[in-house]
Amino acid sequence: MAQDRPTASELLTAIADFLREEATPALDRADPRLGFQMRVAANSLAILEREGRLGPAADAREHARLVALLGQPGTLEELNRVLVRQIRTGARDERDTALMAHLDATTADKIAIANPKWR
Amino acid sequence: MTVHAADAEAQAIAAALARASERHFGGPVVIENLRRLSGGASRQTWSFDALVQDAPVELILRRDPPSQGPSSRGTTEDGRSVSLDRATEYRVLRAAHRAGVRAPDGLFELTPADGLGEAYVMQRLGGTAIARKLLRDVPYEKARGRVAGQLGEILARIHAVDPATLPPLERREAADQVAILYRSLDHLGAPQPVFELALAWLDRRKPAPLERPLLVHGDYRTGNYLVDEEGVSAILDWELAHLGDPMEDLGWLCVKSWRFGAIEKPAGGFGSREDLWRAYERAGGGRVDPARAHWWEVFGTVHWGIICLNQAFKHLSGSIKSMEHASIGRRAVETEVDLLQLLRAEN
Repeated sequence: MAQDRPTASELLTAIADFLREEATPALDRADPRLGFQMRVAANSLAILEREGRLGPAADAREHARLVALLGQPGTLEELNRVLVRQIRTGARDERDTALMAHLDATTADKIAIANPKWR
Repeated sequence: MTVHAADAEAQAIAAALARASERHFGGPVVIENLRRLSGGASRQTWSFDALVQDAPVELILRRDPPSQGPSSRGTTEDGRSVSLDRATEYRVLRAAHRAGVRAPDGLFELTPADGLGEAYVMQRLGGTAIARKLLRDVPYEKARGRVAGQLGEILARIHAVDPATLPPLERREAADQVAILYRSLDHLGAPQPVFELALAWLDRRKPAPLERPLLVHGDYRTGNYLVDEEGVSAILDWELAHLGDPMEDLGWLCVKSWRFGAIEKPAGGFGSREDLWRAYERAGGGRVDPARAHWWEVFGTVHWGIICLNQAFKHLSGSIKSMEHASIGRRAVETEVDLLQLLRAEN
């Protein structure tokens, strides 16, 4: 059954904003260590909001790239296990442009969720 | 821990510190302003003042409480500890201080009869370690221009500490360090293609072992030293000290994660790699081979990435219940971004 508004993304954003703008300053005055932890918590909620919005499409893109790169079917986890085995045995390294394009794209999608300001 | 239990712990610590301080100072001592600075349940740091003949002496207690289970000292992911026990850390600190390294002096150790576990007391020096203040606040404006050079000079002193003055330390060089990270990755169990790629890169290019390994601080980075208005006042956090390649410290300091946004200043957020290297060489450190320093910067970056994953797994395995530990796992990808840049910079 469809849920009413707010959407998951809207609700997570509302909670993160509340924690950052109202709860954190009060905690900073009472106990700076808890204030720091509250910043971490608010930041983690922002990650979840982005993951809910961007994660499914990012996973699908990663999966499609891995199938093309490795030329075989499998789950995301299985294909990544094949890939790391190829890297560890030396079958692929940083001179493999198809591998590097895949890792660039995957990492770009991950950082867009975990910390879009990182550069 | 309830507030009540925390109070009881603080009272017990204050009483033990008073007894131990009286032994050290040879007279009555009153303990004031005792407060917990950091650490989990296992590795604790406390700040306090000892009133000796009414004059306050500013001190720090470093303490591992009596163990109630398996050691939770910093461990590699296969459970082997790479962190020093407190008694060894105390001896390293004293040797470094005596060799002229800007570090707090270790003053005295507590005994088993004091009941605090493994513990020692050191000087508390002025300054702040908080990167966001150091990089942005007005009082540190003059210091900011000096930090990169001072870090190079101090590091040259650390690497010049006579190994004969040190307690027995583990020897960990490039090949050992790569092997430790491979073991960590396998223990974590999740496939990590970028870390695999970086480790294979490191493995193929690892520098040869040194004839004479030197004292390596092991955690020489922004956040682990104090700065006051004049610049760097003290190097802290010696618990990862070991014998190895001095370039390891130079590489670790330049890992992007310690620049706290000042990404155009690789030397801990305060200067260029060249500023750091020239100061290190002028102060008597060995000549810096840029390729070797780069290798250790790549190593440091993948090392931090794997530490991030490991912190999360400490929470997930139930050994530490911590939202902060859990969330650090999501920082690992920052080092993947950095590694993909670094591996290309070399080619």
